[in-house]
Amino acid sequence: MLTLRINGEDRRINSDPDTPLAYVLRDELGLKGTRIGCGLEQCGACAALVDGEAVLTCSTPAAVFEGREIVTVEGVSALPEGRRVQDAFVAQAAAQCGYCTAGLVVAVTALARAGAAPDREAIKQALAPHLCRCGSHPRVLAAAEEALS
Amino acid sequence: MNVTDYPLLRDWLRVGDGGLILRTGKVDLGQRISTALVRIATEELSVPPDRIAIAPVRTGDSPDEGITSGSNSIEQSGLAQRLACATARIAALALAADRLGTTPDALDLDDGRVTHRGTNRSLDMVDLVAALPEDLPVDRDAPARVLPEPLPEFEPRGLRAMVEGRYTYVHDLDRPGMLHARVLRPPMMDARLADLPQDIVAGLESAGLHLIRDGSFVAVAGPQEWPVVRAAERLSNGCRWDIGDGLETGDIFQILAAREAQRFPVIDGTPKKAPLPDPLASADFDARFERPYTMHGALAPSAALAEWRDGRLEILTHSQGLYFLRGSIADSLDMAEADIVLEHVPGSGCYGHNGADDVAFEAALIARAIPDTPILLKWSRADEHGREPLGTAMAVSVQAQVDGKGGLAALWMETRGDTHRGRPRKGANRAGPARLSANSLRDTDVPRFVPEPNMNNHAGLHRNFDPIYTVPDKRLVKALVADLPLRPSALRCLGAPANVLAIESMMDELAAQAGEDPIAYRRRHLDDPRAVAVLDALEVMLRDRPMPGEGGGRGIAYAQYKNAMTRVGLAVDLEIAETGEARLTDVILVADAGRIVDPDGLRAQLEGGVIQGASWALHERVLWGPEGRETLDWDSYPVLRFDNVPRIAVHLLDHPGAPSVGAGEASPGPTVAAIANAIHAATGLRLRRMPFDADAVVAAALQA
Ligand code: FES
Ligand code: FES
Repeated sequence: MLTLRINGEDRRINSDPDTPLAYVLRDELGLKGTRIGCGLEQCGACAALVDGEAVLTCSTPAAVFEGREIVTVEGVSALPEGRRVQDAFVAQAAAQCGYCTAGLVVAVTALARAGAAPDREAIKQALAPHLCRCGSHPRVLAAAEEALS
Repeated sequence: MNVTDYPLLRDWLRVGDGGLILRTGKVDLGQRISTALVRIATEELSVPPDRIAIAPVRTGDSPDEGITSGSNSIEQSGLAQRLACATARIAALALAADRLGTTPDALDLDDGRVTHRGTNRSLDMVDLVAALPEDLPVDRDAPARVLPEPLPEFEPRGLRAMVEGRYTYVHDLDRPGMLHARVLRPPMMDARLADLPQDIVAGLESAGLHLIRDGSFVAVAGPQEWPVVRAAERLSNGCRWDIGDGLETGDIFQILAAREAQRFPVIDGTPKKAPLPDPLASADFDARFERPYTMHGALAPSAALAEWRDGRLEILTHSQGLYFLRGSIADSLDMAEADIVLEHVPGSGCYGHNGADDVAFEAALIARAIPDTPILLKWSRADEHGREPLGTAMAVSVQAQVDGKGGLAALWMETRGDTHRGRPRKGANRAGPARLSANSLRDTDVPRFVPEPNMNNHAGLHRNFDPIYTVPDKRLVKALVADLPLRPSALRCLGAPANVLAIESMMDELAAQAGEDPIAYRRRHLDDPRAVAVLDALEVMLRDRPMPGEGGGRGIAYAQYKNAMTRVGLAVDLEIAETGEARLTDVILVADAGRIVDPDGLRAQLEGGVIQGASWALHERVLWGPEGRETLDWDSYPVLRFDNVPRIAVHLLDHPGAPSVGAGEASPGPTVAAIANAIHAATGLRLRRMPFDADAVVAAALQA
């Protein structure tokens, strides 16, 4: 049986190890903050932190993540940088429908944990794997600039 | 007005759990209607937002406010809520005066408490509202409360939960015993299933999965989501479809131009059954503008939860029109409407009629086949890209004559396209069932859907078709075409983006021909002082901004949504890269939405509209072949991404004495037009067919 380390805890996984991580998180573990928008690694909705980096979870089998440190958006609140990012998103009202938001919070948290202070252009490039269809982009960029400054 | 149908205070406002419960028929799509309604209640009754809840929107319980669309939420539901809360305040203050032995003018209202001035005796506003008579009618003349200063901005409802991943979408619902479901995607709407391999079916059943079939409608259901996804893929790879002659292919704009059309003159924004105006004898400007089929492209594929129990159906859905959908499902399944309950649960932003209604009906079909079991059906990304109703392809032809001073003297225009009325709702020939796509797959006798021309003011194709500018001789024709290759319905802004692109491109070219500044040229064709004020403010904001340099350009556009709602003037600055790609740098936007209720929400709506308009302008186009749509994911259907997001400066003009008007659809049209004008400023190339992607810019440069 597969064991995954998620949000600081070892979790035994019953799903078939071929199941993409996002489905395991949502369906088996009830961690529904990880959204699925495409299942094709094209939209960024399903991002989670894996060893500190933002990784898309909708296609890669869960077994690939064994031994890695997975932090979902639910776990981001427990990280000091994550909290700061979430507060910045709230302060800038950086969501409309919010479906893209969790993935973006994860991506900006990964930037915050990397420790550099990227400029606006670098932030735009880093967030390019993420789609938002409501047009919350300007607020997300403002929130990222606030959290990363 | 909505209070005509729902005249009682308790239709709009009730009390429960020590707080107010606001009732509305409008659903929150991310446009923050719930935040705006809470704000209205706080303004009128001074009850703090944490003591105000919004009742779920549910058929049989909530007011029927039709469809949440057309940027009407604030105008309609907001007005009803304001009148209801103002009625409640006046009645509650009278009651308080009675209880405190004084008169209403000796009462102060603060933080949800009514205090007898100069005493320490006070009453709770919520308790007072609870004590109002059951049959108190909403007073349509109840005056709004005048606040000494505006309330601070409200944190949008649900925002904290969104950023923490705790917000619940339909996709996240879970119930004991629930099954996940997926459907087979037909290559085109009325394809017939020719072969469903028995070995795959047997394999599914032995794996404990359910197969549901009704004619060519096929679904798989099972307890865990991923195995269901895999099973649906296997089934879809194994089955064969009969597509008859397949879809008509070719250049959609040639198809559109060649089709027989129902044509109507448009007078003051309204199509008439009357003789058509003559074309102009000669023209100083003659051009055609084209927009391809465009997706809504919600970030989350559509989903719904349905449960069939004792002959009754419950559906949790992100549809924008619960009552209409209920009627259409009842008609499809030959059920009484009273036996169907629909409740709204958020989906992702939808921007019009996407797959929400179809998927709700399909979930119902599956639930009916597997009774007493909650069914959560999700479309796949390819389902959404391949099946959602689209914004129609459009072509707008323009001929203009100018006077001796270069001003607009005469104008002939034709706007041409398929219908925007694809939503399931009652109508002749079982229009409701005909517009639920599963009915074209099932074995039913639902007739084919034939759209009726929309003859309302600034509706459908002719939204923003009648120029807001003064033109002495205007000859406008709406041309509605049917049976184009793909399925059309309502997409945010309807015909406005194509029409505004045509009008604003023309204004730009005529200004240049006349040797005039584009803002000044527009202004001299406007007699609405608020329009002029918007352009004046835009001019002031642009004054301090250097013009983009070599390889860059600035484009201007102005439009008032439906010629009656929010006025938007904006400028787009961009640069054209070596590849031909337009890189957006800055958008400067001025808007007048009347009285401002939720300023930050208003800004967010306008910014979001700019982004969506930019995405339409630069990227979006549905492609198809004889065997169906070919743009089935985000690679083949690219959209604007973060790397090309401009800085957006929004300036709002507040008109406290004017009614609040919606702004959700005000900015995309002018954004599209301003981008076209900016590309022209940067390159000298006039692009008239959307999208203006790198290929289009390069192709135009080669032709020039
Ligand atoms: S759901 Fe994973 S990238 Fe879209
Ligand atoms: S806020 Fe709706 S998709 Fe980003």
